Parts: sequence; C-alpha cells; structure tokens
Amino acid sequence: MSLLSIENIHTYYGNIHALKGVSLNVEKGEIVTLIGANGAGKTTTLRTISGLLKPREGKVTFNGEDLAKYKSHEVIYKGICMVPEGRGIFARLTVTENLEMGAYSRTDKTEIQNNMEKAFTIFPRLKERRTQVAGTLSGGEQQMLAMGRALMSNPNVLLLDEPSMGLAPVLVELIFDTIQDINKSGTTILLVEQNALMALGIASRGYVLQTGQIVLSDSAENLKKNPTVQKAYLGME
Amino acid sequence: MSTQNQFNWKKAIQLGAIAGIVGILIALVGMVETFDKRDIVAGAISMGWTMLLLTVLVAGYFSASHQTSNLFRLSASGITGLIFSLIMSLLALLVENFDLRQTLVNASPQLIRILTFENGIPNGLISLIAITTIFGILGGVLYVTPSKIRKAISLGLSIVVLLGLLEDIIQVTLAGLGGASSALAWMFGRGAQSGLSITGAIVVFVVVTASNLLWDVNAPKINSQVEKMPANRQRSLRVLGYGLIILVVLYLPTLLGLYLTEVVNVTGLFILMGLGLNIVVGFAGLLDLGYVAFYAIGAYAVGVLTTLSGELSTSLGWNFWLALPVCIFLCVMAGVVLGIPVLNMRGDYLAIVTLGFGEIIRILALSDFLKPHIGGSQGIVNIPAPEFLGVLLNKPQTLYYLIVAGCILALFISQRLRDSRLGRSWKAMREDEDVAQAMGINLVATKLLAFATGAAFSGLSGTILAVKLGTIYPHSFALLISINVLSLIIVGGMGSIPGVFVGGLLLAGMPELLREFAEYRLLIYGALLVVMMQVRPEGFWPEETHKRELHENEHIPAQEATS
Ligand SMILES: Nc1ncnc2c1ncn2[C@@H]1O[C@H](COP(=O)(O)OP(=O)(O)OP(=O)(O)O)[C@@H](O)[C@H]1O
Ligand SMILES: [Mg+2]
Repeated sequence: MSLLSIENIHTYYGNIHALKGVSLNVEKGEIVTLIGANGAGKTTTLRTISGLLKPREGKVTFNGEDLAKYKSHEVIYKGICMVPEGRGIFARLTVTENLEMGAYSRTDKTEIQNNMEKAFTIFPRLKERRTQVAGTLSGGEQQMLAMGRALMSNPNVLLLDEPSMGLAPVLVELIFDTIQDINKSGTTILLVEQNALMALGIASRGYVLQTGQIVLSDSAENLKKNPTVQKAYLGME
Repeated sequence: MSTQNQFNWKKAIQLGAIAGIVGILIALVGMVETFDKRDIVAGAISMGWTMLLLTVLVAGYFSASHQTSNLFRLSASGITGLIFSLIMSLLALLVENFDLRQTLVNASPQLIRILTFENGIPNGLISLIAITTIFGILGGVLYVTPSKIRKAISLGLSIVVLLGLLEDIIQVTLAGLGGASSALAWMFGRGAQSGLSITGAIVVFVVVTASNLLWDVNAPKINSQVEKMPANRQRSLRVLGYGLIILVVLYLPTLLGLYLTEVVNVTGLFILMGLGLNIVVGFAGLLDLGYVAFYAIGAYAVGVLTTLSGELSTSLGWNFWLALPVCIFLCVMAGVVLGIPVLNMRGDYLAIVTLGFGEIIRILALSDFLKPHIGGSQGIVNIPAPEFLGVLLNKPQTLYYLIVAGCILALFISQRLRDSRLGRSWKAMREDEDVAQAMGINLVATKLLAFATGAAFSGLSGTILAVKLGTIYPHSFALLISINVLSLIIVGGMGSIPGVFVGGLLLAGMPELLREFAEYRLLIYGALLVVMMQVRPEGFWPEETHKRELHENEHIPAQEATS
C-alpha cells in the first residue's frame, strides 16, 4: 500500500476542467517529482491533495485512509504539508512567528521548540534573521522560510510546489540539496518542478502531466532518457 | 543621480506652492477666521495662525529633506517659506482690492486684518512675509537637528499647542482643585479662550522638551537599574504604578466635573467600539463597514428588554444587569449571522456587503414593520438607568465607572486574545487565507469568532449608550459612526491596542472638546487621514510588526543619522 495515492481525480475551477483523471502514488521514503508545462495542472494536483480543492471525482488516500471526509484545515493533522507556489509566507509576521504558525497543528511545546531548532539547523540563515519581518527577506530566504515552516508540523509527506522558482542557480542547488537531506531524515516528498532536469536528478520516480492528464510515468533515470521528455522539458533536441 | 550636488529648485518651489495652496484653502474655508477667536499663546499666537505656521513649518521641513547639504537644506526651506508667504500676501492683496465675498464668503476684511497682524496692507505684509519665511526656515532647522532633539522639540511644541487649545478646560479642572488654580494662574492668559500666557508657553515648552531629552538620555540607565532590582522590589514598583493609575482613574470624574466627564464617557464608548473593530479589521484583516449595526442591536436590545412602556408591544422591564448578558449574546449571534454569508468574501466585496448590513439594520429600526416593537422613527424612550449597589447610574460621573469597566474588560480581553492561539490565527489569516488554512487553521471558526468578538464589544458599547441617553433613535446609528470608528483605528494604528486609545482621544475626544469648530470636523478628519496615509501610514501608535514592515527601507539611514 502506498503512503499517498490519488486515484483518477477530476478537479474543476467552476466549469474549467483542470484535472482530468489524474492518478499517482508515492511510496514511503521516496522523492517523487511531478513535471509539466505551465498550466498543466501541477499546482492544482497539490492543492487537491492538501484539501484546498475538493475533487469532483476520484479519491485521495493517505495511509489507506480516504481524505475526502476531512476539511481543508484538517489535512495537515494527518501529516501532509504543502509549501505553496510563490512561498505564501506571512509577510507581516517575523521569521519566528512564521515558524510558530507552521506548528499551529501541534500542541506539544517542547516538540515545537525542537522542531524550531531543527529548522534553524537546516537553514542557519533563518536563525540569523529570526526577528526580521518575513516580507523583507530575499526570495531565497523566503523559500527557506516556507520550507522551514512546513517542517514545523513534522509532516510525513511534504508537497513542494516549484521551490526553485525565481532563484539563482547557486541557491537552487542549495535548496535541492536540502530537499535531499530532509528526505534522508525520513520525510517523503512530492516535488512539483519546472526545472525538470534538477528534479529528475534527485527523484527516484517521476510523472509527466499534460493539460490535466498524466501522460508518462517512469523511473527518473528512464524519464531523463525519454526522447519526448528530453524534447519538451529538458530543452534538448 | 545627476542631481547629487545640485540645488533641488523644483522641490523647494513645489512645496512652497503646495503649502500656499493649503494656506489659501485654510483661509478661504474660514478656518483662519474662526480659529482666530482662540489664542494658543495669549496676545501672541492664535489657533488660526498656528495652523498657517504649522503648514509652512512642515513644508519647510520636507523641502529641506530633498536637499543634499545643510546649506542647501536651510536655503530650500527659506525659499519654500518665502513662496508660501508671497502666496499668502497675494491672497491678502486680492481680498483687499477685489470684492470676492459674493463667491468666497470668507474672503473678508477680517481675514486681511488677521493676515497682516492688524497693520494694514503695506506694513502688515512685511511682517507676514518675514514671519512665515522664518517659520519655513525653522522647518529646515528642525530637519537638520539630530532626531532626538527634534523629537523633544516637536513634543514640546505639541504640548504647548494642546495646552493652549484646552486652556479653558484645564482652568475649570484646576479650579476644582482649589489652591492649585491660583498657584498656576501665571501660566494662562487672562480671559476666556486666551490660551497660555507667554511665560506659560515658554515654561511649558522648556520643561517638556528638557524633560524629554533628559528621559531619553537616562531611560536606559533607569531601566537597567530597575531590571537589576530584586524581583519583589520590581513587583512592588509595578504594583505602585498600577495603584497610582487606578487611583487616578477612580478619582477622575470628581476631578473633571460634569462636562469633561461626559466628554470622557463619549470617548470611552468610541474606544470600546474601537477595541472591537480593531479585532475584526486590525487583527483579522476583515474590512467591516457595517460595524454600527452591532452598536444599534446592543442599544435596541437593552431598550426593548428593560423599558416599561405602554407604546411598545413588548414591555418586559427587565433589570439592566439581567438584560446585559442577553444583549451581548444577541450581538454575538448577529455577528455570526453577518459572518456566515461573507465567509468567502475578501477586501472590497466584504466591505460593500458589511456596509449594506449596517444600513439594513438602521432601516429595519426605522421601518413601520418593526414599529410596534421598537418604535420606528420615534425610537425607544425612557430607558431606565441601571442601578449598581443602590447607586443609580444616571449621571455622567456614575456612568463613567460603567464605561471604564467596559473598556477595561475589553482591553483585557483584546490583550489576551492578541497573544493567544486564536490571535495568531487571526494574524495568519489576515496575511494569507489559503496558507493559514493549509497550516491547520479553521477559517470558518476563526472568521466567525472575529466577527462575534467585535460584535460583542460594539454591542456592549451600544447598551451603555442606550442607558446613558435614556432614549434611542434609528438616526443615532448612521453609517458615519462606522466610518468614525474605522478612522479611529486607522489613525491610532491598525491592530494596535494602545492605538485605539490614541485614536479615540484624537477623533472622539478632541472634537467633543472643540465643539465650536464642529463645522470643520469632517474637513479636518479628511485632511488628517490623507496626511496620515502619506506620512505615517502605520498610525500614531502602531503595532510593532506593522511599523517594522512599513519603515524597513528607512531603517538604515535613520540609524546613521542618530549615531
Ligand atoms: N483559481 C482558478 N480559477 C480558474 N482556473 C484556474 C484557477 N487556478 C488555475 N486555473 C487553471 O487550471 C489550470 C491548471 O493550473 P495550475 O495552476 O494547476 O497549473 P500549473 O501546472 O501549476 O502551472 P504553473 O507551472 O504555471 O504553475 C490552468 O489552465 C489554469 O488556468
Ligand atoms: Mg503551478
């Protein structure tokens, strides 16, 4: 049984049929990547998993449990946490306050404190800027904060939506290294990326999404070699 | 950066022109004339002149801020001041030589007399030009003085203006204290509305400025000394502090007398509402323009429940203290009822719907449909005053305690909520609803709790208003009240609890004290809001994080300037 699996989901925005029967699964301890062009429905998929959107058809199961019965804000209590596209940090709160908000679903004070220390070890830059207002952090720091905040909830699965967006190549490396570290410490990761090459570099498997449908799924190695993927997403002829 | 070392003529002239236009506006709407009846410093500066001088002072200050060297700064502020003075002289000449009173009622000979210091056109104009130019330069001087001294001087000036403005009231209060009145008589001008005496003004200015500077220098030392004290000494010091405050609060109505206590009461009711709206708008970021609805519901509920009247279908005659929790419960329910349909709305849409809600409640109160129950346009009369331990709370001095109790309760609840888990989820929701939800915040509950708490405070304020007036009409609950309360928290600082008190004193207390200028109230309100949004968008007493965000890019230069 997969840790997270979605079966044949159809998600709509009003009349717009954004996901047309998407199925995928993520095993415990894996890094799985979901790649696709702009508007393919990657963000929509993550938002559906984290309960912010309700699919009209199909189901999302986590640990074998159907998530349909949970409200949007209850999903995080199951151990699924999303780092949204564009980071979605709380701009007017400080770094520390942002991290505290990440632990909103937890009540154990000492555990929260430990998680905070852990986040600061992973992202020392955040520790230096503890009291700074998050809106004034640089783009890279904001991404770190968004990831650190997600870790505060001790998630089983981390959903990352384009963590490399708008970052300089050096920072992208750093973020991807960190993703691997987080994964090694036991967090399963579903990674949405435009930067397919980097994503396939750290993932074990990948899915290719095109206009709301999965068109390919294979191991990362094979996807990298696949001529269609090379042409469309890796910029090779 | 080609203008690095050049004199910025454009800004200097522009600011002078802007100040001139403001000056003309102030003069032609009649403020100079009306306000001239009040002296700030007896025989020297009237309120009308204070406004003009402040305008040119501020313009000079900003004019200096656009230049690169101190010499340039002072010259620029002088030029700005000169342009202002020339524009004002031009105004005086125009009014003197052409009869403009057909269209501009306030372009009167009296205005010229004020502008020329009663010296007539050629001679008086010279004084006008000299004095306003000097004030422009003073603005520049203020800019180049170190910020600590500048702050102290500004505080000193503000206190002089404030004391001068409130001189009558202070005198009346002092008279109540007996001996103090004659001992301090030298501070004030003779006769009514004459402000401070010249000696008084100088003494007040020097004392305030110097003590502010001294405090600035010594505060860190004093604070560290207090921190070094043993814990129990610290505690007793704090108890002493609170004790003093409580004593003053308890003794205040006796000190202030009837009229001033009434002013404090009105201010208190606004502060109580402000504390509630601060939760809705400031903490939770839900722009509610129909806030007066809950004030009305609270007032009407207590009216219906406690009044014994043959004219209304229901005549329950409950005791106030029994009715109070019921009224507040009703308001909370009304808050939830408003909240449910607007759960998915944000920003402007929310504002429009809540605006509608406020009007619906007012129109319902006015309607024939509910007339048998709540009196329609005649309202509810003879609402009995509450009794507390055998004391009838029917005078300002006794109602004062009820209002203070309400404010303290609301203050306490606000403060606890702000630092609570709920408070944090309000803030997170204000920043980003989706992410807040993804972090596990229940948006529905969080929003409804914000509306409900806000409604409860407003409702409490409304119940007290009803028993205070004894009579309520639908027109007491107009849209303007919502706007006033909103302005109050904007001026004080969104989301800031002390800001509500500052805003309340400025926008509810001051207008109450300066009733003679009531016709300019909205004009001054509007001008104040525009200036605030430009110069100090975070409010007079901002919440910490908000201040940090808005002044982030000014932070580093400011530090350099003080070191
Ligand atoms: N709130 C919305 N209302 C209507 N349509 C939407 C909404 N959000 C997304 N869509 C549409 O749904 C489709 C999928 O969007 P989605 O954001 O999931 O794409 P994406 O794969 O994340 O793209 P990108 O790489 O650009 O982030 C697009 O056609 C988009 O226009
Ligand atoms: Mg996307």
